[in-house]
Amino acid sequence: MKDMMQVSSNPHVRSRVTTSMIMYSVVIALLPATVFGIIQFGWYAALIIAVTVGTAVLTEHLFCLISKKPSTVKDGSAMVTGLLLALNLPPHIPVWIAIFGAVFAIVVVKLLFGGLGQNFMNPALGARCFLVISFAKYMTNFDCDAFTGPTPLALLKDGECVNVFNMVLGKTGGTIGETSVIAIVLGACFLIWLGVIDLRIPGMYILSFAVFVVIFGQNGLVPYLTGSSSSFFNLTYLCAQLSGGGLMLGAFFMATDYTTRPITKKGQYLYGILLGILTGLFRIFGPGAEGVSYAIILGNLVVPLIEKFTMPKAFGKGGEKA
Amino acid sequence: MARFTFRGGIHPYEGKELSKDKPIRLYEEPKGDLVYPLSQHIGAPASAIVEKGDHVLIGQKIAEAGGFVSSPIYATVSGTVKAIEPRRVITGDNVMSIVIENDGQYESVEFSQPKAVEVLLKEEIINLIKEGGVVGMGGAGFPTHVKLSPKEPDKIDYVIANCSECEPYLTSDYRKMIEEPEKLVEGLSIILRLFDNARGILAVEDNKPDCIQILKKTVKDLNLERISVVSLKTKYPQGAERQLIFATTGRAINSSMLPADAGCVVNNVDTVISVYNAVKLGRPLMHRIVTVTGDCIKDPVNFKVRIGTSYAELIDEAGGFVKEPEKIVSGGPMMGFAIFDTNVPCTKTSSALLCLSHDDVSHANETACINCGRCVEVCPGRVVPSRLADYAQHKDKEAFEKANGMECCECGCCSYICPAKRQLTQSIKSMRRMILADRKKK
Repeated sequence: MKDMMQVSSNPHVRSRVTTSMIMYSVVIALLPATVFGIIQFGWYAALIIAVTVGTAVLTEHLFCLISKKPSTVKDGSAMVTGLLLALNLPPHIPVWIAIFGAVFAIVVVKLLFGGLGQNFMNPALGARCFLVISFAKYMTNFDCDAFTGPTPLALLKDGECVNVFNMVLGKTGGTIGETSVIAIVLGACFLIWLGVIDLRIPGMYILSFAVFVVIFGQNGLVPYLTGSSSSFFNLTYLCAQLSGGGLMLGAFFMATDYTTRPITKKGQYLYGILLGILTGLFRIFGPGAEGVSYAIILGNLVVPLIEKFTMPKAFGKGGEKA
Repeated sequence: MARFTFRGGIHPYEGKELSKDKPIRLYEEPKGDLVYPLSQHIGAPASAIVEKGDHVLIGQKIAEAGGFVSSPIYATVSGTVKAIEPRRVITGDNVMSIVIENDGQYESVEFSQPKAVEVLLKEEIINLIKEGGVVGMGGAGFPTHVKLSPKEPDKIDYVIANCSECEPYLTSDYRKMIEEPEKLVEGLSIILRLFDNARGILAVEDNKPDCIQILKKTVKDLNLERISVVSLKTKYPQGAERQLIFATTGRAINSSMLPADAGCVVNNVDTVISVYNAVKLGRPLMHRIVTVTGDCIKDPVNFKVRIGTSYAELIDEAGGFVKEPEKIVSGGPMMGFAIFDTNVPCTKTSSALLCLSHDDVSHANETACINCGRCVEVCPGRVVPSRLADYAQHKDKEAFEKANGMECCECGCCSYICPAKRQLTQSIKSMRRMILADRKKK
């Protein structure tokens, strides 16, 4: 027996779950969408994904080396950021833009604010919005061999018809990873099963967005009441809005990003509702067809405020039941 | 209204199967000296009434209560007082202790048989408990006679026997319930004599269905209408006082309230049985059950130990180590104390000696908080541990108190669940100590 034992404050046992296990489970959950994107858009998409992930990981490692800190790439968070960013890029984006975006996400949005857990904005989305503003021509061009012309959401905005079945499957134009609702939901189910994410944010997000669309969207209640539409409900339009654009990817994988969502339970419901409303506003009343990225980023900024007002009540002070 | 559970909590590996089926074994003849720290309860230390060189007998009072919130201590072997000096205890502190050299004769004083319980006055019952040196044996060691003397005894609606034993690995209460259910139930009915309007509740977690069955049968056989058995959801920390009261009665108290404010009195299994021994048999508290367990122990076992016995002897008696231990914990893995030296005495509040070959804490690599919210999810106090730990690290007392930091019960759920392996409980605990010390100064 050793002369001295290990001592520490209680508790003396720890759960097996670690940060890196959580990060790698997110990577696994993104695989269906990733594989679907590669099958649909071809090897160039695979190259973009590889380059973006590689750049993100390498950038974080180099940054740690330069700032003389232990490398944090093993926790897997840079890989998640890289993969999410890649899935949010158009399939035929020039490689240098992808590299640029990955460096921006890791250095500017994440590391300069203190690294893992300290960033106030989702790094992948922050970088995507930065790229959209800087390289609008490349970032909004979704033409590829399989699909040319506007995305389904853009068609919807112009009042044209879309094939909802193909949208659920993912057989439409769009960014590499956002098109297939089935692949995304499959990955999300895996995370929910693991307990990594729950339905509070995605559920409220999708629900409140649906309500917003039913009220304000094309053939919605408000257009009906003001006389600009003949019917007050259009199921195809609603389903197309729900499966189009980045909504599913955003709701399940970006809005649930731990660091940039409220930590309080009530706050999470509120945050989900806020994102739904913002997305609705941007999509229906904004100039573009998309709105998820901006909605989530704007939502990120309001998180401290939401948390402030939704701090739980303690046990014995009214919080025991909630 | 009973809710049978509470918000939050965790399900760590239970480890109870190691020692669950081992009947209580008396460890009768301690080899070394017996050490009695004068402070093995909350409140004023007891004051020694023997001197170096005195000869003492089993059951002889060697230290008397040092105030109202204090408790006397009795010799558990016969022998000579070797010294009264500071000795190391489980927390690592040196505490003034009476050291008795065992003469191996085990001569006992004559215990006087108290009057029948039915004719005892309430004051007499309280006095017997006080003189019996009974303290809360679940871990805190709060003197039981103080707990049983609330300002308005008529307003107590529930006397709860805490039979949940929610700490992993511990089986001492379990064995007591299986082997001596009558003593537990009768002990509870003795306590009920103090509270005319109260109902007795035996609160058991549902991972011990055999206990529930046995206790129900005992209550029925003894025909005690005021006592009922309640089955609670198995979850740590179901046995934490505030959570237990909520689960059994639906009433909630915060850190600045006492259980009596919610009309409740809570006592642990072993405490209730000690009340029985003190009031019915006139025997002071001299033994306790200690579970010696963990993956390093050859033959995990539940010992009935003379208080004052060295832990090191118990490890030898349990067959010694089969693996090199990395960590030895006095108590359960969630709230126990890690000890660096096994040569410390077993006290009134020692419930287990846990020897682990793998210390999760020293192998864990602390990383940055990712704000995942798991600590918030599991916190039974319904606070935000990750934020409290941040305030604690920044020594921001104001923010800490504003965020209900004082409501933490230090159960350890947040540190257990944290994927970044942050020392949340430790940070919050130290901050609470600092604030409590400040309040005392004022």
